Amino acid sequence: MRDALSKGTIYLLLSLGGILMLLPFAWMISTSLKPANQVMVMPPIWIPHPIQWSNYAEAMRVAPLGRYFLNSVIVTVLSTLGELITTILAAYAFSRLQFYGRDILFSILLGTMMVPGEVLLIPNFVTLTKLGWIDRYEALIVPWLASVFAIFLLRQHFLSIPKELAYAAKVDGCSDSRFLWEVMVPLAKPAIITIVLLKAIGSWNAFLWPLIVTNSKEMRTLPVGLTAFRTDVGTIYELLMAASTLVILPMIILFLILQRYIVEGVSRAGIKG
Amino acid sequence: MQQPSLTTTLKALLYLAPALIILIVFNIYPIITSFLMSLYTDYDYFNDIVYRYGFDNFLFLLHDADFHLALRNTFIFVLGVVPVSIAISLFIALLLNANIKLRGFFRTVYFIPFVTSVVAISIVWRWIFHTEYGLLNYFLSWFGISPIKWLTDPQWAMPSLIILAIWKGLGYNIVIFLAGLQNIPEHYYLAARIDRASRWDRFWHITWPLLSPTTFFISIISVIGSFKVFDEIYALFDGRPGPVRSALTVVYYIFEKFYRDQEYGVASAAAYILFLIVFILTLLQLYIGKRRVHY
Repeated sequence: MRDALSKGTIYLLLSLGGILMLLPFAWMISTSLKPANQVMVMPPIWIPHPIQWSNYAEAMRVAPLGRYFLNSVIVTVLSTLGELITTILAAYAFSRLQFYGRDILFSILLGTMMVPGEVLLIPNFVTLTKLGWIDRYEALIVPWLASVFAIFLLRQHFLSIPKELAYAAKVDGCSDSRFLWEVMVPLAKPAIITIVLLKAIGSWNAFLWPLIVTNSKEMRTLPVGLTAFRTDVGTIYELLMAASTLVILPMIILFLILQRYIVEGVSRAGIKG
Repeated sequence: MQQPSLTTTLKALLYLAPALIILIVFNIYPIITSFLMSLYTDYDYFNDIVYRYGFDNFLFLLHDADFHLALRNTFIFVLGVVPVSIAISLFIALLLNANIKLRGFFRTVYFIPFVTSVVAISIVWRWIFHTEYGLLNYFLSWFGISPIKWLTDPQWAMPSLIILAIWKGLGYNIVIFLAGLQNIPEHYYLAARIDRASRWDRFWHITWPLLSPTTFFISIISVIGSFKVFDEIYALFDGRPGPVRSALTVVYYIFEKFYRDQEYGVASAAAYILFLIVFILTLLQLYIGKRRVHY
């Protein structure tokens, strides 16, 4: 009897907390669909009447949100793909090849993980200025094409693949690179999906770096464009919420589809996005 | 096992080259340059000539009221976010661990804020914090609390920032706590039940000590993450560090010195102080993490 009662309390508390988690999103979507005269009212209206889908078109008209969206997609896809390739190659070398200085090199790389990104900001900005890459896709993508953390994660996974598999493949005349791409990579699929998802989320949501290396409207990514948009439209909250929805929704959808890999990846390695 | 040789080393370099080039140019080289930059005291940015090195930038920070304010606010932020966030997320993780249905569903719900853009969700919270028409003041009005100027009153700028950060980070901590809780062997609890230990006793004598490595890990990671708060401030206060600089933090300070004032030396010195703080915390984590026995 006591346990049944406390189960009810547990569900009640969890639901209350869950509502608090979701309320901002509900409020965002609700506001984004309201006619202007239902936004700034007290008490708040939850269900817009009529539902005004045109707010989204209006937001896209006021600012080049389509262009920002495209930029974010380009940057996210290319930096994720690029990082994946450099990570797979490096993780293979660190887990399967014997070479001079391997352990020292690996320790140095791990050491750099302690350095906060803010330390790298200024020299990287200077480097990109010298390369003439400021306000171009290169600046948004190239510095992020390799990640020590990803290499570390995949190396650990590669190490758990039995060596006998490699010997067997060799006996069968399988080349090293074929073995890597056709045996190891498919076997490490869960780790690879985790790496890809965390990178995609991080890249899509990145703000400080794109803010610093872009000047023109055409090169802004969604988060940077959104802060500019917020300055432009001021307090037209239905448009602001429509634009925020466009930034937030793709990642929520991605997360809902592939959440298993994200949640498992986070709980296994304790990753800060 | 194969021994390292010249051939294998060359082969490894081939595999490592793409990652290494990027990491050297954009990770390792800047760590060194940034340190040198923090020592530039007389510098011609346009021609890239350094006339004099010294500790002037660090001395400047030592006496700069703005930097002191940034440090103070950052500490307030860390102290405001970390303990509360840990307490709430541990509580929720314990509820989720209580063998209930829908665990996966709730875990997903709590985790959603973590995958969303900080900037976008901060703009949503800006609307929630609105003094006259915001949701938060509306809910508070049910309890007879008169409207609070969350974002325009300097006294409330830090609390608003802290509320947003706690809300956004809960899911991440919950997921890690859940993983830690599931590592505690069930037989401890069985033994405790046989001894008729109360729920409270079971928590204090089994869960809390056995969970301590997880709790410690989360605290360190949260403290380090909180030290770097920036995006939230920029979006919440519309490109300003709060009303009358009331939400100026260390990273915001670095951003201003670098991006607005072009004072690369001072910005680098401030970044290195941030690095030092993070470094000490990381060492602490490694040291205690190694010493701590899992009982």
